[in-house]
Amino acid sequence: MTRSVRTEEEGIEDHGNRPTPKEVDGDRLLPASTSLALLLIVFISLSLLTLFSIMRGGVGHVGSDAGGRKAYAPADFPEIEFDLALSEEVEVATSEEAGGIFRVPPPPFSEEGIFPCSECHADMEVNRERRELEDFHDDIHLEHGPADRWCFDCHNPDDRDSLRLVNDTLIGFDESYRLCGQCHGTIYRDWREGIHGRRVGYWNGAKSYLLCAHCHNPHSPRFRPLKPLPPPVRPQFLDAADGGRP
Amino acid sequence: MSDPDREYDSAEENSEHRVDRRSLLIGGGLTAMAAVAATVAGSSSGFVERLLRDRFEELSPERKAEILDELEREYSRRFGRDVEVADTAPMEGVVFGYGLDIARCVGCRRCVYACVNENNQSRDPQIQWIRVLRMEKEHGIELAGSNAYYEPAEVPEPDAFYVPVACQQCRNPACVKVCPVKATWQEPDGIVVIDYDWCIGCRCCMSACPYGARHFNWADPVISSEELNPKTHYLGNRPRPRGVVEKCTFCIHRVREGRYPACVEICPVGARKFGNLLDETSEMRYLMREKRVFVLKEELNTQPRFYYFFAT
Repeated sequence: MTRSVRTEEEGIEDHGNRPTPKEVDGDRLLPASTSLALLLIVFISLSLLTLFSIMRGGVGHVGSDAGGRKAYAPADFPEIEFDLALSEEVEVATSEEAGGIFRVPPPPFSEEGIFPCSECHADMEVNRERRELEDFHDDIHLEHGPADRWCFDCHNPDDRDSLRLVNDTLIGFDESYRLCGQCHGTIYRDWREGIHGRRVGYWNGAKSYLLCAHCHNPHSPRFRPLKPLPPPVRPQFLDAADGGRP
Repeated sequence: MSDPDREYDSAEENSEHRVDRRSLLIGGGLTAMAAVAATVAGSSSGFVERLLRDRFEELSPERKAEILDELEREYSRRFGRDVEVADTAPMEGVVFGYGLDIARCVGCRRCVYACVNENNQSRDPQIQWIRVLRMEKEHGIELAGSNAYYEPAEVPEPDAFYVPVACQQCRNPACVKVCPVKATWQEPDGIVVIDYDWCIGCRCCMSACPYGARHFNWADPVISSEELNPKTHYLGNRPRPRGVVEKCTFCIHRVREGRYPACVEICPVGARKFGNLLDETSEMRYLMREKRVFVLKEELNTQPRFYYFFAT
């Protein structure tokens, strides 16, 4: 063996006497029975693994509870309005000469007829005590910033139909973004530039701006979680032959 | 007769007033082909016309108008309602860009279905141009470990964020380079479009696209008459035949008329932004200036016009 290695390295042609590789390496191979047994073990374990994963995974190796089997279409969600019409404000702005200038839609009040506030509050004495509201507005629970925040940080005790900035400027409810912008300055700037918030309309012209309160409840501003629409059909369940919807 | 020389001589002598074999065959063949073409054209005029025409970009305006007219009639007949097929041209000085706020997206998939609703994709077999990938906050942007089939009761989930992926409208699009018949190309406003009448369905572009943005019509697309969006564009959302590739076109029929794409308008959190990259005052330029922006698979040098950003 050593001789054949040396001749190979030296590049000497010695085909006549050189032993075949099988003869040389034969004594280093496992005995036939051991290797067979090893192969068998590997084969059985692999097939068991495959069988197990198929049984566990169901059709297409996906859990039986996993989605992505049914093809959903927009028509399956009639509650969602996919064809968005332009809002009145945008329509007005595009029809006028001074395109792009428009008002935000009216503020989203919790109930019909709750505004103007003075309807009720004009005759009521102002109670400046910090308290949990019980008789009326009891649906309001403040979850907004520090614990000592309360109604009159934003609402104007002397005239409830307006909001009050920290510098005592009174503003209408339709300008509430100025109030929010006192603390959320960077978001306010992004909103003005069109980066924060939803826009419907023209990328090169009039578009609807929403008030902060249209998406964030001012008393509890965290965005409410949504139910996601269903996932796409997994490739293994795509049935090109079946034209009809299941 | 057996003497070749004699035969040759006689042919030469009579060449003045005898139709030789070659011209007879050519003439006869052409006549026959014309007859066949006329017959087929008579039975279904649009099919042969479109088979014999030039590439869409090279057509004269009159020819384009004819083809659009033909398509409108065909679709209106098939769907039993008026369908409009436009070929609105790109605007001067406009290159479209798209922004998507990863910090805002909640993964609700409203955009996916609004897109299907707007762009007339096949309902079943299902084709969706937008795919929302769920990624673990722990791992960051990691496409390999992402999941498109998530369906929790409510989104967003506390440990996840979501990356919707559609056509990235690359400046250096691999799909356009590989197309063997030039059925897909980049328009002056940056939108990569497909001519469905020119596509041969080889799907080279699908394997070239690193974003999985292109989709193939394996079967005849199924879309009911009521579901059809009758406002279509030749290079965009017109009804597709079987065996062609399709993908997001930034809602070409909307954006070339100034409107936002459908996905921008439906997004309940306002995570999707759209605008003109050449206009310094546009939303896109603002967010590219002020926010942390990244593109998917930057290392591939596809140079997408689709920018993901973090607004906070």
